[in-house]
Amino acid sequence: MKDKPTSNPASVLSCPIPIQQYPYVLSAHGGGGKLMHDLVQRMFVSTFKNPELQTEHDGAVVAVSQGRLAFTTDSYVISPLFFPGGDIGSLAVHGTVNDLAMCGARPLCLSAGFILEEGFAMKDLWRVVVSMQEAAQTASVHIVTGDTKVVEKGKGDGVFINTAGVGVIEHDLEIVPTSIREGDVILLSGDVGRHGIAIMAVREGLEFETPLESDCAPVADVVMRLLDAGIGVHCMRDLTRGGLSSALIEIAEKANMHIHIEEEDIPVTSEVRGACEMLGFDPLYVANEGRFVVFVPADSAHQALTILNSHPLGRDGCIIGHVSAEGRSLVTMTSKIGTRRIVDMLSGEQLPRIC
Amino acid sequence: MKFVDEYRDPQSARQLQRAIAAVTTRAWTIMEICGGQTHAIVKYGIDELLPDTITLVHGPGCPVCVTPVEMIDKAIRIASRPDVIFCSFGDMLRVPGSSEDLFSVKAKGGDVRIVYSPLDALAAARENPDRQVVFFGVGFETTAPTTAMAIEQAHQLGIKNLSLLISHVLVPPAMEAILSSPENRVQGFLAAGHVCTVMGYTEYEPIADRYRVPIVVTGFEPVDILQGLYLCVKQLEDGRTEVENAYARVVRRQGNQPARELIQKIFCVVRRKWRGIGDISGSGLGVREEYEAFDAEKKFDLQDLEAQEPPECIAGLVLQGAKRPQECPVFATRCTPEHPLGAPMVSAEGACAAYYRYRNVGQES
Repeated sequence: MKDKPTSNPASVLSCPIPIQQYPYVLSAHGGGGKLMHDLVQRMFVSTFKNPELQTEHDGAVVAVSQGRLAFTTDSYVISPLFFPGGDIGSLAVHGTVNDLAMCGARPLCLSAGFILEEGFAMKDLWRVVVSMQEAAQTASVHIVTGDTKVVEKGKGDGVFINTAGVGVIEHDLEIVPTSIREGDVILLSGDVGRHGIAIMAVREGLEFETPLESDCAPVADVVMRLLDAGIGVHCMRDLTRGGLSSALIEIAEKANMHIHIEEEDIPVTSEVRGACEMLGFDPLYVANEGRFVVFVPADSAHQALTILNSHPLGRDGCIIGHVSAEGRSLVTMTSKIGTRRIVDMLSGEQLPRIC
Repeated sequence: MKFVDEYRDPQSARQLQRAIAAVTTRAWTIMEICGGQTHAIVKYGIDELLPDTITLVHGPGCPVCVTPVEMIDKAIRIASRPDVIFCSFGDMLRVPGSSEDLFSVKAKGGDVRIVYSPLDALAAARENPDRQVVFFGVGFETTAPTTAMAIEQAHQLGIKNLSLLISHVLVPPAMEAILSSPENRVQGFLAAGHVCTVMGYTEYEPIADRYRVPIVVTGFEPVDILQGLYLCVKQLEDGRTEVENAYARVVRRQGNQPARELIQKIFCVVRRKWRGIGDISGSGLGVREEYEAFDAEKKFDLQDLEAQEPPECIAGLVLQGAKRPQECPVFATRCTPEHPLGAPMVSAEGACAAYYRYRNVGQES
C-alpha cells in the first residue's frame, strides 16, 4: 500500500447525475421521490458498488467470522471541504477505519450518512463520493449502507458526512487504556501536526516553500501487521483533534498512570514548526488524521518499531516515551533544554495569539 | 529550524545556567515584562535552572490580560449589532466581560471573525461596503503600528465603514507604576524584546537611572531569557543600573523609525485603565482627533460605558508581580481556563494560565 491512495478507475468516470439538468443539490433530492432515487442510485450505489449495498434493503447483512466486533461512529463537518492531501470524503472513511484499527479490529464495513445543503454543487458531491470510494478501496472496506438528507440553504455547510464502522477482532488482547502497564514503551507512527496546519494554511492563505499536505491516511494495515506479528499491544490511540498531548492525557487519566515523553524525540516537520511559531500554536496539540501512538511491553518495543518503520505509514515512527508509574494520572515531558514539565489538556481550541 | 533551534539548545542553556550560578551571591527579584517571556519561562521550566536566591516575578505585559473589563463590554456591545462585522485577534474572544465573552456573541449569531492583522479588517470593510467593520485594536507598542497602518490606509482610501476599538497600552508607564508602588520588590527587569523592536530602548534609560534598576532588553526563547537573566544578575551583583540589549539580533537602540512615526501620526498618548491595576496616566494610545472617524468608541457612542471587575480576582496583584498565581484563593478552583474570572487565566501568555497549564495544582513541577 502506498502513503497516498492512487486514483482508481472510478475517478475518471464523469458524474452520473446529468449536470446540465441538476448542477446543484435541490431540496427535492432529499424528498423521497424520483430525484432522490436517482441521486442514491446513480451517485452512491453505483460508485460504492458492493454485494451488501446492492441488495438495496433497509440495512446491510454482513457475515462475520468468530471473534468480537468493534463498532464506532464519527461525524465530519470540516471546512474547507477539499484540502491538500485529502477532502471530507477521504477523511470520513479514514477517520472511522482508524478508530476501528485503534480497537485492534480489522475494519469490515462502513455506513455513510450524508447531510447535503440545498444548493451544494453536484460536481463537488461527486468529487467527495469518488474520494470516499477510493479511500474505502485502499482500506479494504465496503460502504454497505447509507442515508441522504437535504437541509435548506444556509442550514448546512455544503455537506456533512457521518460514517459508522464495524470491525472484527481476531485476537484476545484487551486494547484499552487500562491495559497499559508501568514500563510500557510508547511508539509514535510519524511526524505530528500536518493535518491541522494544512487545513489552517488553506483557511488563512498561508503558503509554504514546499507544499504542506495533510497526513490523512488509513492506518489499519500497519496496525494489522503489528498484531499479526504477535506484538502484545496494550493500547493504541489515533491523534485526531487535540493532537498527541490530548491523546496521551486521556490515556493517562483513564489508566491512572504517569506517562513521560521526550520532546526531542517527537518528529515535527520544519513547515509545521514554522507555521506553529508564526501562529503561536503548539504542534503537540495540532490535529492529525493518519498518526497514532501504540503502547507495547518494553521487551517487544524494538520489534514493534521495526514493523512500524517497514510500512510507508510508519516510516518515521519512533519511540517517544514510556509509562513511568502507577497511581498518578499525569503526562510529563522533558523539554528540549532538559527541564521537566507537565503536559496539560487545552481547555478549548488553540487560538492564534496577538503577538 | 534556523533562528529557533540555536536558542533552544540545551548546551547553551546549561552554560548560561552555570554562568548565572557563578555570579549570584545574594537574593534578587527580577521581573520579566512580557507575557510571551512568562509563557516561555514556565513552559521550559527556566526558573528551575536558577539558583534558589533568584526570584522571577511576572509582569503586566500580556495584552489580553490588561485590557479592562469595560473595553471587553464595549467590544461585546458592538459585536452584538446585526450591522457589524467584528474582527479581533483570536485570544481576545475568550476574555470574560461583565456577563459574557465574544465567543458567546458569535454563538448567538454575531459576525465575529478571528483575523491575523488589522489589514484583514480593512479588506473586510472593502468587501462589505454596506456593513460596519470594527477591529479590536489591543496590545502594546508591538501591535500599535499595524493598527495605525490600517487607519492610515483606510483614511487614504476614503473608507467610511471601518472603525477601530482602540485599547493600546504602553510599557514604560506601567514599569514606573510598579517601581513607584510602596509594595514594589522588583530589583531588575527583562524588557520586552518585541516592544523594543518597534520603540527601541532609549525611553528605558531614564527609568533605569531614576529608579536605580538594571533593564535588559530580552528575547523569548529559553537561551535568550537565560542570557537576559545573566546580564541582569551581573549588573545587580556589580551594582550597575544600565539598559543593556541582549536581543541585538532583532532590536536596535532607536527601534523601527517608520513604525514609530506612524504611531505618532495616528495616535496620541492618553490615560488608560489597566485591568486589575487601574488608571495609569500617559499609559495608552488613543486615536488623534484628525482620525476620530475611525474611533469605534466615538462612532458607536460608548465612551461612558463602565464595568466592575470580579472582586475575588487578584489579577492586578499578579500583573504587578506582588502575588504569584497560586497565592490567589480562587486559583484552579473557581477560576480555571474553562471558567476564567480574570484575564491572566485566559491568554496563553497570562501568568495564571501558564501556571495552570504547566505546573498544575498540587502536582509536581
